[in-house]
Amino acid sequence: MAEELRQYKQVTCTINGKKRTTMVDVRASLTDMLRNDYRLTSVKKGCEVGECGACTVLIDGEAFDSCIYLAVWADGKEIITLEGLEGPNGELSDIQQAFIDETAIQCGFCSPGFILTAKEILDSGVLYTDDELRKLLSGHLCRCTGYENIFQAVKKTMYKRLGKKLPT
Amino acid sequence: MYDIKALYEATSVDHAVQLLLEHPQALIIAGGSDVLIKIREGSLAKVELVSIYKLDALRGITKEADGTIRIGSLTSFSHIHADPYIQKHIDVLGDAVNMVGGPQIRAIGTIGGNTCNGVTSADSASTLFAYDAEIEITGPEGVRICPISKFYLGVGKVDLRPGELQTAILIRKESYTGYKGHYIKYGMRNAMEIATTGCSVNVKLSQDKKTLKDIRIAYGVAAPIPIRALKTEEAIRGRKLSAEVREEIGRLVLEDVTPRNSWRASRDLRLQLCSTLAMRAFEEAVKKAGGEIDG
Repeated sequence: MAEELRQYKQVTCTINGKKRTTMVDVRASLTDMLRNDYRLTSVKKGCEVGECGACTVLIDGEAFDSCIYLAVWADGKEIITLEGLEGPNGELSDIQQAFIDETAIQCGFCSPGFILTAKEILDSGVLYTDDELRKLLSGHLCRCTGYENIFQAVKKTMYKRLGKKLPT
Repeated sequence: MYDIKALYEATSVDHAVQLLLEHPQALIIAGGSDVLIKIREGSLAKVELVSIYKLDALRGITKEADGTIRIGSLTSFSHIHADPYIQKHIDVLGDAVNMVGGPQIRAIGTIGGNTCNGVTSADSASTLFAYDAEIEITGPEGVRICPISKFYLGVGKVDLRPGELQTAILIRKESYTGYKGHYIKYGMRNAMEIATTGCSVNVKLSQDKKTLKDIRIAYGVAAPIPIRALKTEEAIRGRKLSAEVREEIGRLVLEDVTPRNSWRASRDLRLQLCSTLAMRAFEEAVKKAGGEIDG
């Protein structure tokens, strides 16, 4: 069987603050590119059809499922993965610490995606109601924790960042 | 890796038209939240794609000089929901698209893709039908405008001819001025769900808020394509607001709809939904318009 001609394209984007360029197969998803070309393995391959949210990354500040985003579309975009939340000396960000403190992590597979969606929520500077927060987090599946601890981690960090007292 | 034979990336609308003419077998990919899923399923093996995703000229919502609201076809659901014009004039459309999938799907999903996909369950479609939206199509012969009711030709089939792509959705001033609407999506869960049946109703009330100057009722998943309940609208238009009118809507719509049995729900359940959702959406729309239904 004759080998088909493969189509490649040069993609330049900013990943976690650094400008990066690579040649990608046009068939690749953004998940493929981030994991295979850049070894950013916090970007998990879950359902690969945009249902579970494990592959979530921020593109120009908005949360996207990177599994249903073509790698070539990333050209010119600013991408943040979980690795981008690490401080200069390896410190955890406030939301990551909150996930630990609230036991919002068990197996950890959904955590990178959840944390990036949480980052978008927290960076908006809006104080959301519980219902709004639940809806904003609804694009992620977690099969371990039952969501409550994750919800609490995001809620507590939201109140903390806004300097408000958590209602009891 | 997706099973894609070739990807042609359009750099402008004209370039997209040219690519579509050069590759007549190619499919258009906008946000990809339908197309890429089908590729993953294997039902589009070795597909050729014309990508229009990077055409930023097709993004955004503007109000034209004559008051028409113009929604660029690549505008994402989340941007439509957050848009001040939409919130002010057609908030029901913002609410409807905020029920699509989950947050990340709403970031990638486009209103153009939602309508061009041609499925009856599209959350945007019933509200667009309910507001007499018009579809702007650009092709080799230039731009043409098509009412949304004529745009849907059948299941998964829309009126896009060779070389054509949808470039905007237009809602005329007379279609939204004075109208208030409500959309109800019925599903088994709140997020990541496809509507079992959806109903979008809008009303225009008389000055004293007692009479229905106009009513428009539209459905998703009540027929093979999104529909309007035209016979019901005709019978109810001009009537005084009352509980009887609401009940009458619930009965009459059954003549307008033709839902089917599917693995998601039976025809019987959908008939009940068509009736109940119309009554509830009507009541909410009347409330939003400042009217009251006694009883």
